Amino acid sequence: MTTTQSVHTEARPIKVAKSSLLLETLQRTLKSPGAKVGTVLFVLIVLACVFAPLIAPYKPNDMDLTHMYSAPSSLHLMGTDGLGRDQFSRLLYGGRYSLALGITASLFGAIVGVIIGSFAGYFGGRTETVIMRLMDILSSIPGLLLCILISAVLGKGFFNTVLALAIAGVAEGARYIRAQILKERSKEYLEAAEAINCSKLSIMFRHLLPNVVQPVLVNVTMGIGMVIGMAAMLSYIGLGVQPPTPEWGALLAAGRSHILNYPYLIAFPGLVIAVTIFAVNLVGDGLRDALDPRLIS
Amino acid sequence: MAKYILQRCLWMIVTLLATGFIIFTILYFTPGDPARIFSSSTASEADITVLRHQMGLDRPYLVQLGDFLYRAFFKLDFGNSYIYKVPVFQEMANRLPRTLAIGLFAMVLNLIIGLSLGIFAGTHEGKWQDSATMAVAMIFISTPDFWVALMMIVLFAAKLGWLPAYGIGGPQYYIMPVICAALGGIAVNARQTRSSILGVFREDFVTTARSKGQAESVVVRKHMLPNALMPIITGIGIGFSRIVVGSAIIENVFSIPGVGLYMLNALNSRDYPVIRGTTLFFAAYTAVIMLLVDLIYSFVDPRIKSRFFSRK
Repeated sequence: MTTTQSVHTEARPIKVAKSSLLLETLQRTLKSPGAKVGTVLFVLIVLACVFAPLIAPYKPNDMDLTHMYSAPSSLHLMGTDGLGRDQFSRLLYGGRYSLALGITASLFGAIVGVIIGSFAGYFGGRTETVIMRLMDILSSIPGLLLCILISAVLGKGFFNTVLALAIAGVAEGARYIRAQILKERSKEYLEAAEAINCSKLSIMFRHLLPNVVQPVLVNVTMGIGMVIGMAAMLSYIGLGVQPPTPEWGALLAAGRSHILNYPYLIAFPGLVIAVTIFAVNLVGDGLRDALDPRLIS
Repeated sequence: MAKYILQRCLWMIVTLLATGFIIFTILYFTPGDPARIFSSSTASEADITVLRHQMGLDRPYLVQLGDFLYRAFFKLDFGNSYIYKVPVFQEMANRLPRTLAIGLFAMVLNLIIGLSLGIFAGTHEGKWQDSATMAVAMIFISTPDFWVALMMIVLFAAKLGWLPAYGIGGPQYYIMPVICAALGGIAVNARQTRSSILGVFREDFVTTARSKGQAESVVVRKHMLPNALMPIITGIGIGFSRIVVGSAIIENVFSIPGVGLYMLNALNSRDYPVIRGTTLFFAAYTAVIMLLVDLIYSFVDPRIKSRFFSRK
């Protein structure tokens, strides 16, 4: 408690206190068993995808027409598809796209959303009205459709998908943080900060944000998982990242027509997506508990 | 109060106009000429020019935009589908009951199960009931709903033969779609409810209520729930709009001819009037839900209520 308090009360050693706060948060995060499992899982998945060339038994696009639609076996851990491509290898390589998509899009969207929402919530009045109406307009267009429309204008592809997924998250992030700030705005410590002549930006980002970001952080980390799922859904309906890229959603889309005869072509990609999102969400939960000032004793 | 509601409704109309403007503009500047897409491959340039004139595509941008907004907002006329030649509004009205049926039933499940699970977990914090509920919720949050839908088709339709896999018909056709549409929302709702309940758990007024000797159920119902309600309401509002808007994917998996599938098919075939009509419908739907959320906010939270009304 003493180290975290110093962030708020003392002005000088902020730099030192900040880094130790981060370290402390990480330590606290890893204390919870759920977060430990999530972190280990997530790190394993990321490592597996990064080092796919070393781990994968086959090349992702190597065809083996003598082993089409072979069921999972010791030779092909997760079976092969209609062209005899090893599904396990394809999942490993495809994870690079799915993970990168999820992390960049949700981070990008969340950061922009939080900044916009903080301005709206803290300044109130006309600023808030204008910003929140713009956010209303943005969020009144279904995210899925917005994504499709943006890709249609910019052309399909990885970066456009990131952009489209990120934009869908901005409005939600802004709404959430503004709702939190509404509850926080009348508290005394903000008045105190104003009284000692803190600049508005400093009050917003140093005093207000740490106190409201905790409930939002849950949404942000959940956002990473959600974006991975959204991206998979987009490629599943034939948008987003296109085949033959072995992106996870694209694998699902490819396996769909054989769902009744070869369910493992659907089961494994979906399972991998679910486990990844599960891991990310567990980390998010641990982070939330670690950042909650009310839980620190 | 009336003034606030009126003001809020006017804003909703502005929002929708802006949405209409954005969608029209995006589609207008999207590469690809609808007239060319819908004329046969043997059509000459002259034929295409004639067709463009008939479709009104050779008019200036502002005229087309004005025409679209005027018809959409004053006459509820979104034009005819390029492909089926049927008025978009009529087709949407035909399809809407199926989409809404799935959405409403999913929402009812969501509210009942989600809220009670959240309260159950929140009031048993740290015990095994809490961990178990949250673990299950976490699994369902993490699983993409369309994948669950596919797996359910494999299990219940193909392997067990209990339920029909695709299409529409009797009530049994809606069981799997409703469950799939609800699962994620239930989990989100349960988590949101639990975390808001835990948020007020340590507040002084809860301690006061307990120390008065009030029954635990009364403490939860009278003191904790109203204070935990704001994030829950936001969550429910967003959840409700997401279920209906997200119906596209569920309808796609189960081949249910609802509004969402109409939109997806139109996107694939570049049927612009349908895209504009369905988008505006989903936007209007979301706007109404958000309006309700904001109104409920101002009723539920006296702090916000006073902020809105003292200014007037």
